[in-house]
Amino acid sequence: MKNVTVSKAVTALMLAGLVLLPLYSQASGNVFILTLFTRIVILALAAASLNLIMGFGGMMSFGHAAYLGIGGYAVGMLAQEGVGSGWVQFPVALAASAIYALVIGALSLRTRGVYFIMITLAFAQMAYYVASGLARYGGDDGLTVYKRSDFSGLINLGNRTQFYYLCLACLLGVIFLIWRIVNSRFGLVVQGLRSNEQRMQAIGFPAKRYQLVCFVISGTMCGLAGALLANNTDFVSPAVMYWTRSGDLMVMVILGGMGTLFGPVMGAVVFLLLEEFLSQITEYWALIMGPLLLLIVLFGRGGIMGMLGRAGRG
Amino acid sequence: MAEPLLRVEKLVRRFGGIIATDNVSLDVASGELHAIIGPNGAGKTTLISQLTGHLAPHSGSVRLAGRDITYLPAYRRCALGLARSFQITSLLLDFTAADNVALAAQAHAGTSFRFFADARKEKSLRDAAHAALDRVGLAHRADVLVSKLSHGERRQIELAVALASKPKLLLLDEPMAGLGVTESQSMVKLLQELRKEVSIVLVEHDMPAVFALADRISVLVYGRVIASGDPAAIRANEDVKRAYLGDQHVVTHHG
Repeated sequence: MKNVTVSKAVTALMLAGLVLLPLYSQASGNVFILTLFTRIVILALAAASLNLIMGFGGMMSFGHAAYLGIGGYAVGMLAQEGVGSGWVQFPVALAASAIYALVIGALSLRTRGVYFIMITLAFAQMAYYVASGLARYGGDDGLTVYKRSDFSGLINLGNRTQFYYLCLACLLGVIFLIWRIVNSRFGLVVQGLRSNEQRMQAIGFPAKRYQLVCFVISGTMCGLAGALLANNTDFVSPAVMYWTRSGDLMVMVILGGMGTLFGPVMGAVVFLLLEEFLSQITEYWALIMGPLLLLIVLFGRGGIMGMLGRAGRG
Repeated sequence: MAEPLLRVEKLVRRFGGIIATDNVSLDVASGELHAIIGPNGAGKTTLISQLTGHLAPHSGSVRLAGRDITYLPAYRRCALGLARSFQITSLLLDFTAADNVALAAQAHAGTSFRFFADARKEKSLRDAAHAALDRVGLAHRADVLVSKLSHGERRQIELAVALASKPKLLLLDEPMAGLGVTESQSMVKLLQELRKEVSIVLVEHDMPAVFALADRISVLVYGRVIASGDPAAIRANEDVKRAYLGDQHVVTHHG
């Protein structure tokens, strides 16, 4: 019982911090921290979506950043073409991500293990080069989004605090959905397939169908993160789809705790804060960050959530 | 009289130059317990794998209740009423016993593309799982993770999982493998009960168990069925005796 309380307490503390952050930012006049945490919340959403297939579904996708780009380009390209309404941009971003996931998933899920990792990586790199080739939309240099998505006055994305809360609401909404999904019939099948695919086939479940649907749900969620990210930076470029970005998302998930609801959020917070502060101290921050992550992953089985669980028990 | 429940005709499966299944034909009547025995390497598991759909034969056919299932994938056969247990226990280790069995029930109770409602609160699935666990005598272990269960208990869960899909035909691949004497005895008792409800194909090394349970026995040697008949006929069969003579532990140890 006690181990549950420790990780729950830390999670609750973190969530309270995320909710109250704009108040602190306002009181202290520290605008930067709000900008930083908006980014953290958006990438936490991306990590949470990756966790659905990686942690719960056992599908190690190494190309998840592609959806950040697809969601982002949907917003950026529509804005460029004069469609500024968020009511159009966001659904298009989600639909484009879903379609991409459907195609990539249908092809990738024919493979398993290392091949699956490599093929998802290859597709994401293809998306990266396609985006680099979009001369009309900035090509390599990326595309500036001059106007944030317009939600007809309901919410103003230009307002930092409102935008932050929108991102946080999206994150919590997605985590709520994931929570429902993993405990549903569908979720149990997907987790069963992670555990023992042969057994699941033998009791009558066609593996690929369920995994593909899960893959599409996860990609769509990450497309939402992409649309938010483009609004946050007012800019989208092929770099958001680069494979190192996919790697970052994987690290966040593993760091926080695969297959836990709030692990990816915890992972994103710790990863991005470390990155931020270490890079202020030294130019060679990656030299410290790398070994640190290695240690946590090596000695903290189950990531931060796993360590908190053991701390409570110990 | 219609076709038997399971009809295997001239099944052939090769691995390179080795013929692992050599023109195997056999019938399993409805309500029958049909045992398949044979020395190690006789091709029993290869045969079972073709019945379950994990391996495709090179020629021949498998029919279940008159329907050709030779090339159907495993999950479709299961929907038609064919359930199996694995020789090497194959369960979802990080799930509880009840979850393992409930998933088998779920596979046969409507669509699993339901994304929102908590599946562990679906009473019909939980009831089916508990009934199946109760059937194999493990109701009290329902909420234990399978990874924490003993080998013998896992063998029983294998059975419960197979039962939960309400099969017409149960394929049991060495259900006694690795069980102690008392565990084996209770498994035999359990199978004696189950055979009243469902037709069974039993692949087993434990000879006393086979002779105690089977209505019919088919003897597989080098991929071929060398004899098929009731236990008394098989016991008296000269070919069978010869085939088993070299394989001491089967005859003398269990005999």
